[in-house]
Amino acid sequence: MADPELYPADAHHEHASLAVTERPLARAGLMFVAFAFLAVFLLLPLVVVFEQAFSRGIGAFVEAINEHDTIAAIKLTLLVAVISVPLNLVFGVAAAWAIAKFEFKGKAFLTTLIDLPFSVSPVISGLVYVLLFGASSLLGPWLKMHGIVILFAVPGIVLATVFVTFPFVARELIPLMQEQGTGDEEAALSLGANGWQTFWHVTLPNIKWGLLYGVLLCNARAMGEFGAVSVVSGHIRGMTNTMPLHVEILYNEYNAVGAFAVASVLAGLALVTLVLKTLLELRYGAEIAATRGH
Amino acid sequence: MEVRVSNVRKEFDRFPALRDVSLDIRSGELIALLGPSGSGKTTLLRLIAGLERPTRGTIFFGDEDASNRTIQERNVGFVFQHYALFRHMTVADNIGFGLKVRPSAKRPTKAEIRRRASELLDLVQLSGLEKRYPAQLSGGQRQRVALARAMAIEPRVLLLDEPFGALDAQVRRELRRWLREIHDATGHTTIFVTHDQEEALELADRVVVMSQGRIEQIGTADEVYDTPNSPFVYGFIGESSSLPVKVEDGQVWISDRPIGLAAPDLPDGEATLYFRPHDIELLDECNGCIAGTVAASRRVAGTRRVELEIGGGRERVEIELPVGHPAAQKSRVAFRPKRWKVFPKMAE
Repeated sequence: MADPELYPADAHHEHASLAVTERPLARAGLMFVAFAFLAVFLLLPLVVVFEQAFSRGIGAFVEAINEHDTIAAIKLTLLVAVISVPLNLVFGVAAAWAIAKFEFKGKAFLTTLIDLPFSVSPVISGLVYVLLFGASSLLGPWLKMHGIVILFAVPGIVLATVFVTFPFVARELIPLMQEQGTGDEEAALSLGANGWQTFWHVTLPNIKWGLLYGVLLCNARAMGEFGAVSVVSGHIRGMTNTMPLHVEILYNEYNAVGAFAVASVLAGLALVTLVLKTLLELRYGAEIAATRGH
Repeated sequence: MEVRVSNVRKEFDRFPALRDVSLDIRSGELIALLGPSGSGKTTLLRLIAGLERPTRGTIFFGDEDASNRTIQERNVGFVFQHYALFRHMTVADNIGFGLKVRPSAKRPTKAEIRRRASELLDLVQLSGLEKRYPAQLSGGQRQRVALARAMAIEPRVLLLDEPFGALDAQVRRELRRWLREIHDATGHTTIFVTHDQEEALELADRVVVMSQGRIEQIGTADEVYDTPNSPFVYGFIGESSSLPVKVEDGQVWISDRPIGLAAPDLPDGEATLYFRPHDIELLDECNGCIAGTVAASRRVAGTRRVELEIGGGRERVEIELPVGHPAAQKSRVAFRPKRWKVFPKMAE
């Protein structure tokens, strides 16, 4: 029990702290709301995915995964991510560099353009490619003549994925690079470093954590993208089905175990990314704070 | 290394930041570029460094035209106001960076770079901090490291952009003295930018006073302080008082009375009289003087500032008197500036 003598002092302290922060009850309430919301809307569905996937035992799960079309979907998803993430890494760094470190006409326009994939529905992004490369489009006949297949094939899926996941790296880097300014780069140049040395020894170390976040988010989205890819893929089983598309097909065929098994693998990949990010944060927390805050 | 800036103009988006600036800097000199913000002093420094290219004009390093040289080719040491230390590198790696990025033919060995770094750390009095990161240093220490880093490449010219601008007053004064010592010991031609006149006057061999993209005056601390050549320099450096006057028949007049100052070379007409509040003599009787009534008086450190109303209160002017001086209590004071200058109205 509380010491009666201390009580007035405590009350006083609490009174003083009222001005700057919430009451303990309000704090607990807010935390409860946050956790409850996360549990119901995020954690529970995730648990259900895994629960459903293993509902008929490990054997059924392995069987569902170890199926030709599923393996193909996993491979395709990984392939698409492996191609589009590095592309967006390069594009994102280039765009962020241009926007954060140079003054030029059309900068505001470029900044808006980078946000476009976020503001446009992914389905429309996919449709744009169909209109651009489809049989009845301007480019269609020319492509056909030269035997280039883009739609309903891997190139189309990669293009759609690159489009949708473009903003992640750039958006992560632009505020960071703007805040850091050009002082470090100018210092490196004045010390005799050339452009590449400056980027490699000065700029890259300064942005590496932001870059890593951007890449992780970009990767998660690249593997999980449904809408845009759905439009351009053509849903050819074992050929142009990525994991999210495959999940949908299996589910529509009332193959619940199969659908949830593939879904759990997809969720697992996302979780690995998250765990990786958390581990890096724990390991290099101090350094991240130093390079971001400073 | 001599540096010669010849008729340089720099425009940013059509806006002239520097208009036709010329400046000769002698080898081994310590020069201050002094001016309010927007005067073009930092632009001039960056042009000399090669961080910007002039719109017109030429910059010589010795006899060599450096205008089209890149910043790497110019081999200058640049120190930034906010240090710009590489935060992921240790102090030793920061200092050694300029040597490490040299092409392999000219690159010293790792051991040599390390030796050079600790030598420079000795010079800037930070021995033993090789393994620290910039975040673990105080502001003053960071700026010392930045200077050591700039000197590591054996620069031809040392350029410092408001080097003490981000530090508190105590550390500023300390580093100021220390920079002077380093300069005297190493003999680098050094140019630094500042908006702090005390810093410029105390530290520099010569001060370049700038305003609105132009050089107003170049001279030693004594020259710019004692004989300012423009109303701007009068107003910007030190304390100054000014009064609207008239020039007629080679005499300076206030309203309808001559004040006993001769200005034989000036054209007749409206003008402004400038003088230092402390550079005056008090007069007992007034046959040719500035006379006014005491409107306010306040104590400033070792002296007393007296504000006088001149000509029936239309103008106010400040003079400085010794604290115990009886004139400070009098309601009517007559004085005459000892050192002064009159600038015709048009010149402003």
